[in-house]
Amino acid sequence: MNNAVPIVALTVGAFLALLGAGFAYDNLFAAHMWVLFFSLAAGTIVLLRQLKFAPASKAKANAAASEYFDEVIKYGTVATTFWGVVGFLVGVVIALQLAFPDLNFGPWFNFGRMRPLHTSAVIFAFGGNALLCTSFYVVQRTCRARLFGGDLAWFVFWGYQLFIILAATGYLLGITQGKEYAEPEWYVDLWLTVVWVAYLIVFLGTILIRKEPHIYVANWFYLAFIVTIAMLHIVNNLAVPVSFLGVKSYSAFSGVQDALTQWWYGHNAVGFFLTAGFLGMMYYFVPKQAGRPVYSYRLSIIHFWALIFMYIWAGPHHLHYTALPDWAQTLGMVFSVMLWMPSWGGMINGLMTLSGAWDKIRTDPIIRMMVIAIAFYGMSTFEGPMMSVKAVNSLSHYTDWTIGHVHSGALGWVGMISFGAVYFLVPKLWHRNRLYSLAMVNWHFWLATLGIVVYAAVMWVAGIQQGLMWREYDNQGFLVYSFAEAVAAMFPYYVLRAVGGGMYLLGSLIMAYNITMTILGYERQETLPGSAPAALQPAE
Amino acid sequence: MADKHIDDISGVETTGHEWDGIRELNNPLPRWWLWTFYATIVWAIGYVIVYPAIPMLKDATRGVINYSSRAELTKEVASAKAAQGALAQKIAASSMDQILADPQLTQFATAAGAAAFKVNCVPCHGSGAAGGAGYPNLNDNDWLWGGSAEAIHQTIAHGIRSSDDPETRLSEMPAFAEILKPDQIRQVAAYVISLTDKPHNPALVEPGKQVFADNCASCHGENAQGNREFGAPNLADAIWLRVHGEDEIAKQVQAPKHGVMPAWQARLGETTVKELAVYVHSLGGGE
Repeated sequence: MNNAVPIVALTVGAFLALLGAGFAYDNLFAAHMWVLFFSLAAGTIVLLRQLKFAPASKAKANAAASEYFDEVIKYGTVATTFWGVVGFLVGVVIALQLAFPDLNFGPWFNFGRMRPLHTSAVIFAFGGNALLCTSFYVVQRTCRARLFGGDLAWFVFWGYQLFIILAATGYLLGITQGKEYAEPEWYVDLWLTVVWVAYLIVFLGTILIRKEPHIYVANWFYLAFIVTIAMLHIVNNLAVPVSFLGVKSYSAFSGVQDALTQWWYGHNAVGFFLTAGFLGMMYYFVPKQAGRPVYSYRLSIIHFWALIFMYIWAGPHHLHYTALPDWAQTLGMVFSVMLWMPSWGGMINGLMTLSGAWDKIRTDPIIRMMVIAIAFYGMSTFEGPMMSVKAVNSLSHYTDWTIGHVHSGALGWVGMISFGAVYFLVPKLWHRNRLYSLAMVNWHFWLATLGIVVYAAVMWVAGIQQGLMWREYDNQGFLVYSFAEAVAAMFPYYVLRAVGGGMYLLGSLIMAYNITMTILGYERQETLPGSAPAALQPAE
Repeated sequence: MADKHIDDISGVETTGHEWDGIRELNNPLPRWWLWTFYATIVWAIGYVIVYPAIPMLKDATRGVINYSSRAELTKEVASAKAAQGALAQKIAASSMDQILADPQLTQFATAAGAAAFKVNCVPCHGSGAAGGAGYPNLNDNDWLWGGSAEAIHQTIAHGIRSSDDPETRLSEMPAFAEILKPDQIRQVAAYVISLTDKPHNPALVEPGKQVFADNCASCHGENAQGNREFGAPNLADAIWLRVHGEDEIAKQVQAPKHGVMPAWQARLGETTVKELAVYVHSLGGGE
């Protein structure tokens, strides 16, 4: 009998959720437990319908175990695409809410609740699934070993989706602990911890049973990401719940210690989730797609350790000119500046891996996507250290410049490298000759790139203008603008930002269509970019 | 150790390992990269020596220039205050009349008041001080409580019906639903609307005039021109704060709504309140 253990576990979980809803300390917890109950009940029904009473054949199990575990990666690829579209869509909606406040439909769809929905959907749902499925793919290939732990990988995948659903519904219900990028309350945090430890076991276990003598550089980065995120998540979310059947909890930290812990977490979510993890992705998919060796092994070692060591200290630059003691601000700033070259080591290794294959930028839109990703990575890892310098920060802090910076990293680097990886993975996982359409990849590339350029450029102008308006004094020493005037001045930029985001969303919809058609087994008849049209053949 | 392998295209030796077809070239670190990295480290060490950086048991190292962001802020605020100090102190020490008599003080106070107005007053009175439903327009010469600099100052300093200021301006129009009959209220509303030549029912106006004289004139005046002592609006000037039309006037008579303005003296201080008064006085309606 298959699925026996998960069915029992889901049923028990659903029953406990029901009890949680019944005995809830507050209404929000009851509502959230109902969400959990229906999620688990739906999962139980799906599994029950797949139930087969055939004896589990040992021979068959052994045959399966000799191959790579790719089924979960297929699900991960689809989830990446799905959550990507959802995350970008919510992003466009909140961009429009800022430009047109009438689009706030309270209380569930107010900007205040939609904004964490957007950030979490993009970072944790889209980015997280991309990291999850690519790390499972890469670690198996580069270790020549099947994923460790058998069905544990399924638990990691579905457990992570449950975390996403609880986090997302929680935000809309108004459940938050008010920590940026760590909004979910204590019980969702606990669940993510369990899932994350399972992830670590699967990943590290696969490395330990590898058949290659050495651990490939991509796996260093993935492992650094998994281990550090576990540490950051647990420490930043230390809290005491008011009731074990209620949503509210109080952080273990208070005051400036709380702020510092939060930005130690927040900045390293950027550093280890969005940088180290995706560098792991780059280190596998760029050389694979380019068909070229990695540029420099030595550079990969030095920049890996330098990045890991420097990043963890850079968080205080989020708290310049606050109650944080000056010495901590200094350290946050100097470590951020020293981080510049270690970050660029990844850019050099990625770009220079193309040496000998530069022509593919012209002919292969997937390579082009990866190259633009690395270019944006380089751009935003220069911008970051620059913005951490206190003199620059005094202008840029709290303005939309920060939003622009984050998005050139998130849309440009994280998004583009993930799209490249998804385009690489789908034909391989579903054993198709090629993607449904490379021309659509090309469209996606240009829409996304132009969208990012519009977004980032508009936010630079908006942010710098905001910063200058806030500090503008007249010759008698009086502020020239009120805060509300600086808000009103943002209107055209906010509209244009929504346009840029809309282009990026449109590109991702084209990707979703392209991926779907590829999975369904279609191939669009088209002239591939770079291939010589027949008409230009010289006459004999 | 793995086999030696040379990459055909670049001619560079690889490390000899291969993972799923991926090899690694054994290129050295780019020089410019390494030296820039060293340069940032050297700069960081220098910065750490100059600025506060290393936490010790009780305090942290102060750095050779003994920098402190708090001290710097205090200094900046002090120098900004010093730059304005002479004029600001003069304003603090002067009466409203004295300020208005001195062109330099008036000019300074108007600029200061404009800045303070943008932050504190715009949410209710609007960015151009043109007001809105329930919030008076400050550009015209129709004043509820008086348009002299002194009266404006009094209003800003202590507010209107402000619960936390004993000197606040207080007055409340009674709810006439308990005093007058419904048809009397219709009559007086028709009378009030007739004062500004709006279309009205002449049959109601005559009795309405009597109702007004008996009940309303004591505050709003015999000719309905208002009374600033009670903040009773002028009803004959076609400027309406909140209500428009006969029906709304009738409702206001039945159960009046009263605006509230906070007392700003405690929040903004004497000098800023004076500056605000000068600014509002300068807007066009000052008396």
